[in-house]
Amino acid sequence: MTTNSLITIKRGRQKRQRRWLLVNLLLILTAMILCVAMLLLGNTFHHPVDVFRALTGETVEGVSFAVNNIRLPRMLAGLLAGIAFGIAGNTFQTMLRNPLANPEILGITAGSSVAALFCILILQTSQTVTSFSAVIAGLLTVIVIYFLSRSGSFSIGRLILVGIGIQAMLSAVISYLLMVGGHQDLPSALRWLSGSLNGVQLNSLTPLVLVVVIFLPIILFLGRHLQLLELGEQAAISLGLRTDLTRILLIVSSVCMIAFATSVTGPIAFVAFLAGPIAKRIAGVGYSNVLPAGLVGANLVLAADLIGQFAFDVRFPVGIITGILGAPFLLYLLIRMNRRGSL
Amino acid sequence: MIKPKHDFQAEEIVAGYDQKTILNNVSIAIPSHKINVIIGANACGKSTLLKTMARLLKPDTGAVTLDGKSIHQMPSKKLAKLLGLLPQSPIVPEGITVTDLVGRGRYPHQSFFKGWSKEDYAAVAEAMDMMQITELANRNIDELSGGQRQRVWIAMALTQQTDILFLDEPTTYLDITYQVEILDLLTDLNKKYGTTIVMVLHDINLTARYADYIFALRSGQLIAEGTPTDVITSKRVEEIFDMKSQVILDPVSKTPLVVPIGRHHQHT
Repeated sequence: MTTNSLITIKRGRQKRQRRWLLVNLLLILTAMILCVAMLLLGNTFHHPVDVFRALTGETVEGVSFAVNNIRLPRMLAGLLAGIAFGIAGNTFQTMLRNPLANPEILGITAGSSVAALFCILILQTSQTVTSFSAVIAGLLTVIVIYFLSRSGSFSIGRLILVGIGIQAMLSAVISYLLMVGGHQDLPSALRWLSGSLNGVQLNSLTPLVLVVVIFLPIILFLGRHLQLLELGEQAAISLGLRTDLTRILLIVSSVCMIAFATSVTGPIAFVAFLAGPIAKRIAGVGYSNVLPAGLVGANLVLAADLIGQFAFDVRFPVGIITGILGAPFLLYLLIRMNRRGSL
Repeated sequence: MIKPKHDFQAEEIVAGYDQKTILNNVSIAIPSHKINVIIGANACGKSTLLKTMARLLKPDTGAVTLDGKSIHQMPSKKLAKLLGLLPQSPIVPEGITVTDLVGRGRYPHQSFFKGWSKEDYAAVAEAMDMMQITELANRNIDELSGGQRQRVWIAMALTQQTDILFLDEPTTYLDITYQVEILDLLTDLNKKYGTTIVMVLHDINLTARYADYIFALRSGQLIAEGTPTDVITSKRVEEIFDMKSQVILDPVSKTPLVVPIGRHHQHT
């Protein structure tokens, strides 16, 4: 081995590492700026000093209520849901080696939505019960899709097609639930369904906080394993990865994140789909994409919510903005994948 | 440094997919420090045998043992330091650079939360030098030719630094130039480190030239094993491939060379 080749290899790798670090730091910075903006902006602009005093527990006339009961929960919900959607989407996309294989297109989000809607509209259960039902429904959807697409040899194309079918069925169930649900709950159910940070209560965020605190480290820790799964089953096994165990851990963690986030904010369109590919594009491919995907997810949700609140005369829920931004990207990705022959 | 010897055996393997049995009671012992090639007609079970021995497939009955222990019961990371594999169609993550892909072979040697150690960099550089891909280090894999890609994958398997290396048809889809180049590189590896190589090859003549030891399968059973001179005779070739041929001496390597006869050319 020559010293020259060692230097070439080290330099290249360190350059990519620096880029990865820099991108993550920038994403953290922009997320922080967006978080601050979420606290300062609203019906009226509050001075940063007042907002800070309100946050630290002082009672500031005309500020405390808006900041602590409306803007803070809204900001936290956007931040946490963005991280959860981004990381879970990226996990599925990497594990199945296809950007289309994300929880939204596979119908997992729809599965959680049906359960959550059923709890909200029909059973009128508490937030916690709703969240857990959403998790169970999400996992059930994964199991159903897995078994339906198993016939013969496992193929990702079939998995996606089955997922699209399941999603269509679940959409029908959602429409049915909306029809039979109580009229007084209908507007809030509809707003929830399009993905919204409106009216989030601070205490209803506790389960989501816990889930992100527990599962974020697990998925970050499994990031290296995820990179091996990306090389295909055979390569991963020969490199000493326990592939079945890793996959189950990754799926359960991702579905928990998605389901808890969905039960709070509703399905915010395209975030789980967009975050991974955007993160990969800007942070590079050699290092784990888990953290960048989570940060991109948070930035997307927070930015889209600010746009939805302030860019137009009417206030739009965040899911409508991400939907408008995401749809062209989906088309672009489909065209590009078709060209590469990887569809 | 020459790799240690291992007692590596497949004992009475019955294996297949779903309900279909493909390997029927196959027992082989892999000689250490040699280039071993498994040959046979399409669907004879050669790839299945390789997959079973590389622990990708669990046998229905029988066992694959390494130094007396069943490989399916050994801790997977420990085993990954002894057995490496280049799959038939490995998957390239889009946009990854050569160095980063080759470095993924270091997984069984790394502990959690650590970046690349000195040993990791050294192993990657050594493998890339050996496969002559150092100039490509920071290039995107998507831009490489088939032959270059194959060398990248072999380099990744090399950084794993295993005593035994499996390769499932490493020359398929490559031009003859690259086929010879890959097999030369594998021979270098075998000579330099004493790495035991077990591979499936399609080309009988390249097998005859590069193999130290051959296992021939037919319909899921072992029908011949031995050195190229033992196994590649016109009688045996007919048993293995159902094809008439003449076997002459390869003027370059002095190994057997199979010349097929076919229906349109007179056998004189």
